[in-house]
Amino acid sequence: MKMVIAIIKPFKLDEVREALSSIGVQGITATEVKGFGRQKGHTELYRGAEYVVDFLPKIKLDIAVDDSLVDKTVDTILSTASTGKIGDGKIFILDLQEAIRVRTGEKGSEVL
Amino acid sequence: MEAKVIELAYALDTFYFLVMGAFVMWMAAGFTMLESGLVRAKNTAEILTKNISLYSIAVIMYMIVGYNLMYPAGGSGIIPELSFFLGGDNTAEAVIASGGDIYYSGISDHFFQVVFVATACSIISGAVAERMKLWPFLLFCVFMTSIIYPVQGYWKWGGGFLDEAGFSDFAGSGVVHLCGAAAALAGVIVCGARAGKYEGDKVNAMPGANLPLATLGTFILWLGWFGFNGGSELIISNVAEANAVSLVLVNTNLAAAGGVMGALILSKLMFGKSDLTMALNGAIGGLVSITAEPLAPTPGLATIIGAIGGLIVVFSIVTLDKMKIDDPVGAISAHGTCGIWGLLAVALTSGSLGAQIYGTLVIFIWTFVVSFIIWTVIKMFFGLRVSAEDEEDGVDMSECGLDAYPEFSKSMDAAPSNYPKQ
Repeated sequence: MKMVIAIIKPFKLDEVREALSSIGVQGITATEVKGFGRQKGHTELYRGAEYVVDFLPKIKLDIAVDDSLVDKTVDTILSTASTGKIGDGKIFILDLQEAIRVRTGEKGSEVL
Repeated sequence: MEAKVIELAYALDTFYFLVMGAFVMWMAAGFTMLESGLVRAKNTAEILTKNISLYSIAVIMYMIVGYNLMYPAGGSGIIPELSFFLGGDNTAEAVIASGGDIYYSGISDHFFQVVFVATACSIISGAVAERMKLWPFLLFCVFMTSIIYPVQGYWKWGGGFLDEAGFSDFAGSGVVHLCGAAAALAGVIVCGARAGKYEGDKVNAMPGANLPLATLGTFILWLGWFGFNGGSELIISNVAEANAVSLVLVNTNLAAAGGVMGALILSKLMFGKSDLTMALNGAIGGLVSITAEPLAPTPGLATIIGAIGGLIVVFSIVTLDKMKIDDPVGAISAHGTCGIWGLLAVALTSGSLGAQIYGTLVIFIWTFVVSFIIWTVIKMFFGLRVSAEDEEDGVDMSECGLDAYPEFSKSMDAAPSNYPKQ
């Protein structure tokens, strides 16, 4: 099992979610986050005082999937979340040691 | 028949005071919303508490002693005669016997005046926001509403020496707004700037948490100001006065509009962007600028007076920051710097510049010096600032024990009432 973590632009959430559902992903967790990558921040003025805008709003998706679904999941996210412009986000893949359903106590990739 | 007309005029002018007073009371909500929108989320509940409490203290202290100090039966011109609590009101017989010279209820005059002192006090609350303890601030308000404001109010509106010197202040650019700003300036200096606001020469931005509230507050103040300036004509029950009130409201409206555009255009030129918070301060600055004389100017001139106020407020905000005088909401600039402009601008249409300068200096010096002393004494006995840790965590927790926006920090789903028992 793997945990696919995707940082995407907020307005892409619906599109990514629908596409993932259609390839068989059954569960997603979404969090509102702020982040930045290689681009440097820019400055704005508030009542004449300068401040730096570097953290921008993003959505973080945590998607736990069986090994067999990882490549399709990554490809789907790449094709739907990308705009071709700076700030599209990143995908990280972690090894998932265990998955457990809280309601029943079941374990393993059947839970995903 | 004649008696009936006299009684009717009395009732109308009394009603006018009451309604205009109610409009000015609504400005308390305006200040509350404006200030709560321009402070950070962690400091919002405290400023809300401060605003509703200062209004309450103001009306109580003014009833106990402030009103009688400001409009005493007698006095030397400098020191008013001291008396407590409100007296009775006019009888119908006395009113009719006066032939209409007595034309309004005395209690209605108190109602109209008390909301002005509350306005002066709420100017202070925004300037000292985010780092002052609540109860020492409220203690200052007790002195502000029972002594500081009434004495300088007596000097002008109570018939004291400023009035006799020919100083002119129709609705209170000086008596209310400059007075509040001077007390605020003293408080800011004695209390100090917010932690992290100034680092060497750098000025750090601390954006407000809720701009829709700040904008709503400004519109509420704009509406309330129709009562502030309109009611200060003090009478409406004949053709000349009804016309005068109409022109006052039109000029007040235009000055606010001029202030908005002046501040917005200057913000665009100076900063490259149209800073909403500057436009909001511009509206207030425009309103304060016309408040000393909203009747004499033409509508065109009133617009220009307001627009100049809008320009002044932007320059003043930036300059105060350069001087490390930290005013989170721009109160000292909108009410003080523009208050001075408003008082001097009277000389454009009436009065004498010399008398205006004299009155400006007297009001400022009296208020600033006495306030500075009282703030310092309060600081010595009780301390003014919250601790550094409390300031970092937010004064909502340390002073009020609650969050203004709890869902942002705690999960709403944690509340057990959201899940009915199965």
